[in-house]
Amino acid sequence: MIPRIYIPADSGALALGAEKVAKAIEKELQERGVEAKIVRNGSRGAYFLEPMVEVATDKGRVAYGPVKPSDIKSLFDSGFLTGGHHKRWLGAPDKIPFLAKQTRLTFARCGINDPLSLDAYKSLGGLRGLQNAVAMAPADVVKQVTESGLRGRGGAGFPTGIKWKTVLDTAGAQKYIVCNADEGDSATFADRMIMEGDPFVLIEGMAIAGIATGATKGFVYIRSEYPHAVATMNKAVAIARKAGVLGLNVLGSPNAFDMEIRVGAGAYVCGEETSLLNSLEGKRGVVRAKPPLPAIQGLFGKPTVINNVISLASVPIIMDKGAAYYKDFGMGRSRGTIPIQIAGNVKQGGLFETAFGLTLGEIVDDIAGGTASGRPVKAVQVGGPLGAYFPRALFDTPFDYEEFAKRDGLIGHAGITVFDDTADMLKQARFAMEFCAIESCGKCTPCRIGSTRGVEVLDKVAAGIEAEKNLALVTDLCNTMKFGSLCALGGFTPYPVMSSITHFPEDFKPAPARVAAE
Amino acid sequence: MTMQAASTEIASRTAAIIDEMKGLEGPLLPILHSIQEEFGHVPKDALPVIADGLNLSRAEVHGVVSFYHDFRAKPAGRHVLKLCQAEACQSMGSDAVAAKVKQLLGIDFHETARDGSVTLEPVYCLGLCACSPSAMLDGEVIGRLDDEKIEEIVAEVRS
Repeated sequence: MIPRIYIPADSGALALGAEKVAKAIEKELQERGVEAKIVRNGSRGAYFLEPMVEVATDKGRVAYGPVKPSDIKSLFDSGFLTGGHHKRWLGAPDKIPFLAKQTRLTFARCGINDPLSLDAYKSLGGLRGLQNAVAMAPADVVKQVTESGLRGRGGAGFPTGIKWKTVLDTAGAQKYIVCNADEGDSATFADRMIMEGDPFVLIEGMAIAGIATGATKGFVYIRSEYPHAVATMNKAVAIARKAGVLGLNVLGSPNAFDMEIRVGAGAYVCGEETSLLNSLEGKRGVVRAKPPLPAIQGLFGKPTVINNVISLASVPIIMDKGAAYYKDFGMGRSRGTIPIQIAGNVKQGGLFETAFGLTLGEIVDDIAGGTASGRPVKAVQVGGPLGAYFPRALFDTPFDYEEFAKRDGLIGHAGITVFDDTADMLKQARFAMEFCAIESCGKCTPCRIGSTRGVEVLDKVAAGIEAEKNLALVTDLCNTMKFGSLCALGGFTPYPVMSSITHFPEDFKPAPARVAAE
Repeated sequence: MTMQAASTEIASRTAAIIDEMKGLEGPLLPILHSIQEEFGHVPKDALPVIADGLNLSRAEVHGVVSFYHDFRAKPAGRHVLKLCQAEACQSMGSDAVAAKVKQLLGIDFHETARDGSVTLEPVYCLGLCACSPSAMLDGEVIGRLDDEKIEEIVAEVRS
């Protein structure tokens, strides 16, 4: 058997030098006259170990990481093609603690094989969900998704099955499935990883959504900052079409479903569903008022399912193993698993898929291993740029939609950013307002003007100008933005701002007092 | 080439792109991406051609082009360097990275070096948040920026 070497081509691995490692391995193979097959897989998501190179041996896969090009000669000398020992040796990848502790349902295949091999996809259970779905009545598919308890993983947490039912029950000559892959929140990369590492699971999920609701056309709207995901998805769609997974007869059934990949143009607000629909239609990405719901009048005014990548990619396993299997994971009204994306100043950053219910402290201290800088953790922003900053005092909060809401926070798309004690929370609050001002679509006044005024008032606080009075003004402004904005951009910007003020009041004291205190 | 000829050239190449893509559902964004790929920016002379081709007003087309950060009104430098300035990268010192790059290149964000070698832009998240601070140079991703990598990047765009 020719040895097989797996080198990730995921963006995160590439950013850490995977391409140079691949070149060095090729060169070494050639120089030593050794034959081996190089497979470019996705990433398993343990980014602190990337580039993580794996070798298939008689006793299964053996991983090495993080591998540098300068390690290659000594790796070959240590007999790495047969799993030999080396300072980068990690052992069996599924035994690496960060990966072994996870419950991988949605990401079960991500990072294991060549993402564009449909055979590899099928060999690990792929297409079984779709096969089941084509043999069922649409209403039964919707029922199964509803019973699984799956909620929108994009951030809003709306039950996916209920959304689908509305589209199924709405008459329309043309219906659409739109996948929101405009993953703009800082600290999130789950959508990117699945599109680059297991694109067929998203295609399968969208085809199931189409069959369940009577939609025959799908669009994936991917942000332009993800060129590798765009390229992989385009190739995967072409392969799926050729193999009859997409087309006039999905898997040989009478159901038609096809899809197109579309690319955004650098507007954060297009992650908001109605603004995304406008953008797909070729308009300015301005938010639409609801109602009408997109499920009733969505893309081009037609009934439309619009779901996040992870919501859609979680559907195949639900249709394969059943609603009860998925629902058994999780807590309270948060069922199933959630891919937590651990980012920022952490020792062990990466994607950690697990059932709902871990506490924030367990995630930050145990799984992430604390800060990369070695300094104490000061704040953790949960849910991206629109999420609240949590202090250590709230580390007992379980990862669950409702529990985070109770503490004036949100889990959003499940990205968490860790900051050490050098963070200045006034600066972070100001950035939240500034970001809102840059990205506001301009439709509603609280967001368009409130964000700019927010920056100005926080600058006054920083300069020590009537700090108390101006903080009261910021609080009032946040209240207006929260309740007066049309969408989550203006409506949720108050979360990072107010949580900073509430939990880190010492950072908002007038400048002279702050200097004196130090 | 005279101004007149250049403008005719832009119009004919734009018209060809529109012809190829106008059958798409919601064709405007794909058309604008293609035009930017063709010319390196979205030339002003292309806008009336798009408006005619898609039966839109010029104001509508201008509204769309100016809404999105990606579409450029003038060509970028030979290299485009995007530095992530979002929260995850902030927690790992993206401010200091940006300050250093600006100083080494002698330009601020949204500026192009005088010799046309590089355009510097902020970007809000590249999805490389577990490898912060990150950057994108001509579409290639770079993570865990440190002084050494910054100097390599600067040397590359200058060469």
